[in-house]
Formats: sequence, C-alpha cells, structure tokens
Amino acid sequence: MRYLESVVTLEFDPKACNGCGMCVIVCPHAVFAMIDKRAVVADRGACMECGACAKNCEPEAIRVRSGVGCAAGVLAGMIAGTEPVCGCPGDSSACC
Amino acid sequence: MVTFRIKENASCGEQGSPGCCSQTVMRAHWLDRIGTPWSDGVIPTEVGEVPRVRTALNYRDRIGTIKARWGVGRMSYRVAPGLYGVGDPGPDSPVLVSANYKLSFDRLRSVLSGRDAWILVLDTKGINVWCAAGKGTFGTDEIVRRVQMSGLERIVSHRKLVVPQLGATGVSAHVVRNRCGFRVVYGPVRAADLPAFLDAGMKAQPEMRRVRFNFVDRLVLIPVELVMGGKYALLAAAALVLLSGLTLHGYSFANVRTTGLMSAALIFVSSFGGAILGPALLPWLPGRAFSIKGAVLGFAMLGALIVSGWTALSPSGPSLHVAAWALMTPAIASFTVMNFTGASTFTSLSGVQREMRFALPAQITGSIIGLGLWVIGLLVPGGRMS
Repeated sequence: MRYLESVVTLEFDPKACNGCGMCVIVCPHAVFAMIDKRAVVADRGACMECGACAKNCEPEAIRVRSGVGCAAGVLAGMIAGTEPVCGCPGDSSACC
Repeated sequence: MVTFRIKENASCGEQGSPGCCSQTVMRAHWLDRIGTPWSDGVIPTEVGEVPRVRTALNYRDRIGTIKARWGVGRMSYRVAPGLYGVGDPGPDSPVLVSANYKLSFDRLRSVLSGRDAWILVLDTKGINVWCAAGKGTFGTDEIVRRVQMSGLERIVSHRKLVVPQLGATGVSAHVVRNRCGFRVVYGPVRAADLPAFLDAGMKAQPEMRRVRFNFVDRLVLIPVELVMGGKYALLAAAALVLLSGLTLHGYSFANVRTTGLMSAALIFVSSFGGAILGPALLPWLPGRAFSIKGAVLGFAMLGALIVSGWTALSPSGPSLHVAAWALMTPAIASFTVMNFTGASTFTSLSGVQREMRFALPAQITGSIIGLGLWVIGLLVPGGRMS
C-alpha cells in the first residue's frame, strides 16, 4: 500500500553522508539504500516522515519534517491551535 | 556517615539524574516491579535483586490484551519501568529495551522462552514503542536515564542495548553512546523476529526491518476504532431519533419508530461500516487518500442497501431522505476511514494534512447539507423514507 507521495518533505544531502548506513537500518519502509558505501534515496515516495533516519544521522545529512500521520492528531492540533499532536491531553482514551 | 553510605549503595550511575538517588525511591521502584502476576522470583546482581519475569503468557495476560484491544483500561495498561530479567541472565546476556505498555512488554517476553536476557523497560507512560518514540517519551533521554538508574553498567560487562527499530524515531543512537557509553543496536521491527536476530549475532534480515500492515494487522485495530467512533455515532443516532418525530403538526411517535430507527441504523452503517470495512478492505478501496477510500466505501454501502431492497431506501419515488443519506453516509464513512490514518503504518504527516485540506471541508459540507435535507424531508409530504 502506498500513500500520497508528492508531498513528502524528505531531503538528503549526499555530500554530507558518511556512509554509516544507519538510515538504511532504521527506515521501516526501505526508503534508503547503500550504493558504493554511500546512502541513496531509493524510494522517496514510501517515506512516512517518521524522522528515524534524521534522528540517527550523525553528520545531519537528512532533513525531514517529522510528525504523526494521524488525522485525529492533525484535527486536535487545528482545534488547539498548535502543531499536530498525537493526542493524549491529560491521557484521554483517544490516543494511539 | 550513615546517610552517606546509603547514598553510595543506591544503584545510580555516576551522573545519576535528580530524584533517583535515594534508596527509598529505588526501593519503591523495585517494589512496583516485584510481586507482579508476571514475575516469578528475583535474580541477584551486584546492584541488588532484579525481578525475573515469566516468558509464558497466562490467561490473565491474554484477557488483558483483549481488553486493551477493545480500549478497556488501555491508557493504564502499564508495567513499572526499570530492569527485569528472563531466564538466568548474567553479565554477557543481551539487554533488550522495551516500552512500559504491557502489550509491548508481553510481546517481548513471550518470544524469549528458553533464553537468558535483561529487559530494560522505559517509562513511556503506557504507550507502545512506535507511538511513544514519535512523542519522544521512548527516547534518548529516557534510555540514558534508565541505564543510569538501573546500574546497568555494573550488571553487564558489554555495552550494547538492543532497541526495537521502531524506537529509532525517538532515539539518537550516537547521542546515547556519547552520553552513557552504551551502543544502540537496532533490533527487528517485530518482537517475533527477535530470536532469529539474536541467533544471527544481532543481524536483521532486510524483511525484519520492514513494517507491514497486512490483513490481520489491520483487523486487530478494528475494535478500538469502533469504540472510539462509537460514542459519537451513538450521540448522532440519538439526536436523529429524537428529531425524527417532528412534523408540521406536532410530534409523532409513529415517525420515531419508522424514520427515527431507520436513521439511527444508517448512522451505525456509515460509522461502524467505515470502522470495520475501511481497515479490512483498505488495499482494495480505490484512491490513496483514506478520505477518498472512505467516501467510496460509504457510497458502496448505501448502494448495497438500496440494491438489496432495504425498504427504508427503496421508496416508490425518490425522497429527500435518499438524497440526504447519499450525502451523509459517504461523509461519515470518509471521516471514519480518514481517522484510521493514525493507526496505519505508512501515512505521512504531510500527506494527511494534504488530504484533510480537501476532505474535511467536503465532509462537513456533505454532512450539513445532508442533515438539512433530512430535516426538510421530515416536514414536507413524501419527504421521509418509510
């Protein structure tokens, strides 16, 4: 199954990559692959913007606006006037 | 003197975080973990006794899982954070990091039968690994804190932590290493693959690194979807039942029994139908946006009711109420399935925001116009379904 692909915010700077391969390890959708000891974006459209790659990229070669791909969270954010929140205000039951 | 000695004995890391360096607190943490239904004894270590947990799940664990899947007490289904052991772990045994949502903890310990390992449970406020990592509660700070609080560096001789791959959203492996000396090794996505991962010398096959969302994965999420949407559906249905008695000549209880009950049934079809069939049929519903999948499903369900000759929707002539439901059913089903994005494993924030920009106004407009037609249908002759 694939989702809306054109809006993905993933950015990768190959020049900054140190070839550690962490992005390949942590990505749950195989967005990255290693070619000649450097990371490449192999399937950008599969990115779900979880942010695991950027968080584990020591040379900061990856940027992505990460957040919850959750309509209820986006709606809660809209109502509260904040960023999308994966929602437990006061630990309500409506939470992932 | 005495106070000094107590402080020294407390099992804190050198840079012990505030609030953890009192033996009373440590003892309280320990008491929370010991004597639980899932523990059976203790493992003596240099820094004190560590609770040993069973790897076999019993009927109470299974009933707990079923209740959590139905949203019963789901937000307080927790395990006390801290260090646990399975089997007979020693200084060389692997350290597996987990969340303190009991469902996550149960998954992990149930695959470890016959193995010796340490389990370091983080305080994720009872939220599963992936969601907690998204919030940052399953994160770098909490790992470093728990490593120091548990005295792990005196319990194991190696410096490796096996962290579930989905925790990576909240964890910076290189920062953990810099701050507490432990190297994060990302384990497989699914606990079920953990034995194979450990046996292969902590190497994961590529398919162990992929998150899936197959039929069974989706089906187990349906109960919570039903419970979460259920209260709104009940409220909406109750409101329509009450309103349905309105006529130009006063209140008609006969109409409540016909139009009212039919309308309540259609609310349930739209909402519960979306919550059940949306997840079940997700890959086969057309469109990529979940809101479109839901709208298509709504039309299909309504169409099926009409074709099957459901009396309420097969009037002698087209009534306003048929038009009303042709708007409301897709709108409600669209909203219901759109909310399933939060439970899915592949939707991005940017994508959800994009689809909500067109879907939310459409759902609101459809519902309001539909409701308007429905109310008018109550009042004009021949407007109701019968």
